[in-house]
Amino acid sequence: MTTEETLLNELLKKFPELHDSARVQRARRIIVEVAQNRFEEVFALAKHELDFTILCTITGLDEGKDIACIYHLSRKDGIMLNIGLRTPKEKPVIKTVIKYFPSAEIYERELVDLLGVIVEGLPEGIRYPLPDDWPNDEHPLLKDWKPRSAMTSTPASRMKEETGNATA
Amino acid sequence: MGFSARLGYNHRGIEKACEGRTFQQDVYLIERICGICSHTHSTCFVQAVEEIAGLDTPKRALYIRSIIGELERIHSHLLWLGVAGHEVGFDTLLMYSWRDREVVMDILAELTGNRVNYGMNIIGGVKRDLTPDLVKAIEKSVDLLEERTKYYIQVAKEETTLIQRLSGVGTLSHEDAVSLGAVGPTARASNVARDTRSDDPYAAYSELGFNVVTDDHNDVYGRTLVRMGELMESYRLIRTAIRNMPEGPINVKAPRKIPAGEATSRYEAPRGEDVHYVKSNGTDKPERVKVRAPTLANLQCVAKMLEDRQLADLPIVIAAIDPCFSCTDRSIKVADASGRTRNTMKWEELRIKGIEWYRSRGVDFSKLNRRLSERL
Repeated sequence: MTTEETLLNELLKKFPELHDSARVQRARRIIVEVAQNRFEEVFALAKHELDFTILCTITGLDEGKDIACIYHLSRKDGIMLNIGLRTPKEKPVIKTVIKYFPSAEIYERELVDLLGVIVEGLPEGIRYPLPDDWPNDEHPLLKDWKPRSAMTSTPASRMKEETGNATA
Repeated sequence: MGFSARLGYNHRGIEKACEGRTFQQDVYLIERICGICSHTHSTCFVQAVEEIAGLDTPKRALYIRSIIGELERIHSHLLWLGVAGHEVGFDTLLMYSWRDREVVMDILAELTGNRVNYGMNIIGGVKRDLTPDLVKAIEKSVDLLEERTKYYIQVAKEETTLIQRLSGVGTLSHEDAVSLGAVGPTARASNVARDTRSDDPYAAYSELGFNVVTDDHNDVYGRTLVRMGELMESYRLIRTAIRNMPEGPINVKAPRKIPAGEATSRYEAPRGEDVHYVKSNGTDKPERVKVRAPTLANLQCVAKMLEDRQLADLPIVIAAIDPCFSCTDRSIKVADASGRTRNTMKWEELRIKGIEWYRSRGVDFSKLNRRLSERL
């Protein structure tokens, strides 16, 4: 049995409900999807007992009804574990993981700015990566988001608007 | 001094832009995330797409990707050496290393047609082959650069001013490097033996035999030694790759529509681990492309390195993670955070503070200044 399979079996022994979503995708890649109420237990087990001690990043996805968050964890031997988590798009709320990985802060701020996720427990701080004057309810990575004209305007286009196509 | 980074000055929305373009177009867009690590990002992306599409990339293409990747690392590390020299007032080092960097830039231009943004990668392989003449030219350049690098290593190990300026500056303990998730030479100089080329081998690295270069100085000096050591390792890797490179095709035809699926791809950029996540929905455009450039991981260590340090150390400490703000961002704003107020210090106040700081330590130029002004 490969290390990947052994790790997956360890995880399934504690959390049999992951059986349907969990798989070894290829060498050094394991994927699981976790319900929100079990997420923290799975996350803690992965870090403390299965040695996934590196957080590579967190990916946020707009999946229509849900916002999915994928936590990309890695071990020192290069095996990666992607833990997926879904939260309803109407009110996307997740809990912060900064107590496990201080470096998660910047990745969680990205979820807040770009997808409008509410991250419980994330300390107040400087926003990232959008500008300070960006509207709080505009989240560009949502699939139905369209830029408003004010966001796409350039000095040249503004001049054109003001002068009523005077250049033509 | 306290430190906090305000990022986002150059958020270009590349991830969103990728969703509106085809996989083929995205290769070129992704390549332009960064001028220095352009091959890094395009390789990381095409690897993910090839995995989703189940493409069997020819071996020769994987070897060529590794060779270009190592040449890119050489140009990036030599660039860094010059910048580091400049930041500590050792501009001779800048002039020397950037002159030598032209050798690798010339060879990259000859191989790919460009000094940066090489356009070598396509989904399914690489675009240009290495002819025997080009291979000979690479070998000649590598020999020359190896000789020069040996000299720089000697400088780094013997030049007292350089050693003293870099030692004990920007310290990052092994424990902090691990817990803050440092990557690349920044982590390896704190004795964290992590390198994607050996941990999660891609391209041809699993067949090249790879030594992870680490150091336990935990400071800017250690980061210098690691990068110099990595240059020597890159020369060895290029020679091995050239020797073992199999004959054969350099690409396979990729479908326009990529089947539904997802893949996480990693690549050891000159600055550290680059992570791409790609999800496809069965069309010719990706559902989601996520990029985590190495500088974003390392920036979080900079606050730690600068804790209670002098402002004069700021340029070299930031430079020592080899930040690439075009990957991550563009600019850093520093606010004085002494006490709990966050008022920014004006230039004149900073000058006076500096004079007082030195005076309190017995360095006082006021008499000399007075004498000079009287004579003028």
